[in-house]
Amino acid sequence: MIRVVLPFHLRTLAHINGEVKLRVEGPATQRSVLDALEASYPMLRGTIRDHGTLRRRPFLRFFACEQDLSLEPPDAPIPEAVATGAEPFLIVGAIAGG
Amino acid sequence: MSGVRVLVGTRKGAFVLTSDAKREKWDISGPHFAGWEIYHVKGSPADPNRLYASQSSGWFGQMMQRSDDGGKTWEPVGNEFKYDGVPGTHQWYDGTQHPWEFKRVWHLEPSLADPDTVYAGVEDAALFRSVDGGRTWQELPGLRGHESGPRWSPGAGGMGLHTILLDPSNPARIFIAISAAGVFRTDDAGKTWRPANRGLHSQYIPDPTAEVGHCVHRIAMHPSRPNTLFMQKHWDVMRSDDAGDSWQEVSGNLPTDFGFAIDVHAHEPETIYVVPIKSDSEHFPPDGKLRVFRSRTGGNEWEPLTAGLPQSDCYVNVLRDAMAVDALDSCGVYFGTTGGQVYASANSGDSWAPIVRDLPAVLSVEVQTLP
Repeated sequence: MIRVVLPFHLRTLAHINGEVKLRVEGPATQRSVLDALEASYPMLRGTIRDHGTLRRRPFLRFFACEQDLSLEPPDAPIPEAVATGAEPFLIVGAIAGG
Repeated sequence: MSGVRVLVGTRKGAFVLTSDAKREKWDISGPHFAGWEIYHVKGSPADPNRLYASQSSGWFGQMMQRSDDGGKTWEPVGNEFKYDGVPGTHQWYDGTQHPWEFKRVWHLEPSLADPDTVYAGVEDAALFRSVDGGRTWQELPGLRGHESGPRWSPGAGGMGLHTILLDPSNPARIFIAISAAGVFRTDDAGKTWRPANRGLHSQYIPDPTAEVGHCVHRIAMHPSRPNTLFMQKHWDVMRSDDAGDSWQEVSGNLPTDFGFAIDVHAHEPETIYVVPIKSDSEHFPPDGKLRVFRSRTGGNEWEPLTAGLPQSDCYVNVLRDAMAVDALDSCGVYFGTTGGQVYASANSGDSWAPIVRDLPAVLSVEVQTLP
């Protein structure tokens, strides 16, 4: 199981309490994790990645294992500790705005 | 017993205000979608329990919400707004060409007849339509495909399609307005469009009488007279009696003819309301006095309405989508401010009282008259 932590507003939008636990088929990558997340919670489509291009939205970052993975290729493997569920995959909103 | 439901969009959520027909005691529900910008909430004329809301965020983009129970519960629906074909470019602030990019939905206009059909005016300016209750959205590309499209440019607030008027006597006719391109009209249900800006004079564009490029802030129509339109332009209050083919200025004795909102009395097609704002450099009422101005002559002759409104030290703004009327007798008039007040008048504007005082900045106000 892969554990995903969403920012407050996306948890509210998707009616999620706490972490999301996802079963990901095949290699665990940013793309496969986000695909699984959006398949389970379709209302999140377009909120983390743009429709069409699937590019990460500019004010969101992906953190795990004390690393910023935001600029990693979407098909690169995510850290083993995330793939095994030992550590969560964090989707973090920029600290900005009023 | 009849009543009213006021749908308020704010910088930090939506609020639903309800009252019986006396419009004295109000129930406040919200915030719905707390923390999100709600540009607009509007109900279906064909089914008052069907509401649509535009929910957006700089972080998470656009969401669309739908309610089937008058705003008690909501369901996220489709949020993909894909421009038809190759999006092309329009004029950017610096005069260069810039790709069309979807940013947000500014305005929702449900069909007069079908609760599942709703139009969406978006930034960068385009018109979309859903015929499945908001689950999917398709662009009506004829508008953006008008030959003037590459010359459209954004106003300071972005290039938004902010007004959609459906002609109740002719389903094929729609008026829209864009900042800062102006008014366009279709007579074939959105396939083709023509600019409808003749008579507008705007000194802030190189050719003050150009076919497109005017910063129209809002247009309004009385449903019984769909050929008569009223406009609050960046500067100037205008009217047209030929469905937008030509416009005449009716600013008359207004203290300033800058402003954003304009609306028409529900039962008197020649009674109109504006909220004059000092200038495009100072977005607040003149002299710190919040005054609605009413004309009972379709413009030119205006009277200030001040009873119950702050007449000193008031420096709020009233945005383009933040005024609405109900259809009760006497007509109720409502507007919201950037200071978070929603004011209501149950007597056509003669006197006012706040329904709420301390909401987040109000972006939009719509009213449903309930059976």
